[in-house]
Amino acid sequence: MSEVLKIDSLVKRYDDLSVLEKIDLTVKKGEVIVIVGPSGCGKSTLLRCINGLESIQDGKVVVDDEVVNPVQKKASKSREKIGMVFQSYDLFPHKNLLQNITLAPIKVQKRKKEEVKEEAIELLKRVGLENRTDSYPRQLSGGQKQRAAIVRALIMHPEILLLDEITAALDPEMVREVLDVVLNLAKEGHTMVIVTHEMAFAKAVADRVIFMDGGKIVEEGSPEEFFENPRTERLKRFLETFTY
Amino acid sequence: MTNLGFDVLFKGSNFIRLLLGVWVAVRISLISIVLSIILGMILGILMSLKNPVINAVSKVYLEIVRIMPQMVLLFVVYFGATKALGLNLSAETSAVIVFTFWGTAEMADLVRSSLISIPSIQYESSFSLGLSKVQTYIYVIVPQTMRRLIPLSINLITRMIKTTSLVMMIGIVEVLKVGQQIIEANRKASPNAAFGVYATVFILYFMVCWPISSLSKYLEKRWEN
Ligand SMILES: Nc1ncnc2c1ncn2[C@@H]1O[C@H](COP(=O)(O)OP(=O)(O)OP(=O)(O)O)[C@@H](O)[C@H]1O
Ligand SMILES: [Mg+2]
Repeated sequence: MSEVLKIDSLVKRYDDLSVLEKIDLTVKKGEVIVIVGPSGCGKSTLLRCINGLESIQDGKVVVDDEVVNPVQKKASKSREKIGMVFQSYDLFPHKNLLQNITLAPIKVQKRKKEEVKEEAIELLKRVGLENRTDSYPRQLSGGQKQRAAIVRALIMHPEILLLDEITAALDPEMVREVLDVVLNLAKEGHTMVIVTHEMAFAKAVADRVIFMDGGKIVEEGSPEEFFENPRTERLKRFLETFTY
Repeated sequence: MTNLGFDVLFKGSNFIRLLLGVWVAVRISLISIVLSIILGMILGILMSLKNPVINAVSKVYLEIVRIMPQMVLLFVVYFGATKALGLNLSAETSAVIVFTFWGTAEMADLVRSSLISIPSIQYESSFSLGLSKVQTYIYVIVPQTMRRLIPLSINLITRMIKTTSLVMMIGIVEVLKVGQQIIEANRKASPNAAFGVYATVFILYFMVCWPISSLSKYLEKRWEN
């Protein structure tokens, strides 16, 4: 299988604070990677480095045979290939759902308005939002907003989708509807890197789970070995914090 | 029937004179407002870049505008510049300079605060969709900034129009001054003229400012989203 993402000894510092130390990671097409780890260990920073939102101090990130970090001249071109959904609601508040979703395909990929609109409605149907096309973000629940944000990323047909704790800000009863959408994407073969604190979901969705601590990848493995037989003391302790 | 003093308005060309007075006030505010918006936008954008030199200079400038009464500024520019520096500024030019000096400062502050109130996640999610910097500004940032900025700047515009009544202090014959002249001239013949004339001036100001502030209310409602 071909590699979609290759991270090569990536180093990220904020001034003197070292946030990521020599991260190596390869993701194959169709693979779903889940990253877990304590707060502040660098999970969000890693995702932001992958799509070029953060500059890096050493190493490189390659997506689909193209170096995306260090950021190149035509950065916006390569960003199309990387979809990202954030923890906080990042829909554009002045645009309705349909406009939110169709903006980038029309303006960035120069696709035909009609065709994009058709696909948008098709995708919205799959997340149960087809009758909310004219709604503005403030008229939607948190769960609906996050499902729409996923659609907005998907319609660009990204090579890889990055999800950063997309249910962390949601009320508990809305978490399920969003995670179900992600689970379906995984079944359809989308390549994803997911940061989450939902361990049951991680177990269900992941092909490979990665444990980060202190800016390093400490342990990784299949969901079974990762959750049933953690090798390192640190991961054991981390997983214990999730059982009462 | 009591004489409310409206009759003086129909004497000679009094009413036309009042209307011309309104036009003087509107002309001064219009020129100042257009200049303030252009210069304020430029300065506001510069201020949002957080350059230390620009910030220090603009801070002093904004502070001066904030603490100086507009009337003092008018006197400084009209009498000060004309007499001391030997510049031959007309009263109307001086008024435009002062109102632009004031309006630019306030406008720049509004532009700056509207720009920095857009959360950084808006820029980031736009970038991650592949939009370029320019596209991000055109489709995401500027429309959101405008929605905050326009109601605020309309408020500034109505305040500027109202404050033009000060220019009669440097001898410009605008609507309020015309009103006073009419009252003076009719002191004997119709002692109640003050009421009729000032009521009319009130209505004239209302007719200029009301449509502007209703436009602002309308836009605010439309952009609630
Ligand atoms: N802009 C910044 N400037 C300085 N330090 C930063 C900045 N952004 C993040 N950091 C630091 O980098 C480290 C990693 O942050 P990051 O947000 O990646 O953690 P995280 O693993 O996503 O945590 P969480 O689970 O709480 O989201 C933290 O120590 C944080 O304080
Ligand atoms: Mg995070």
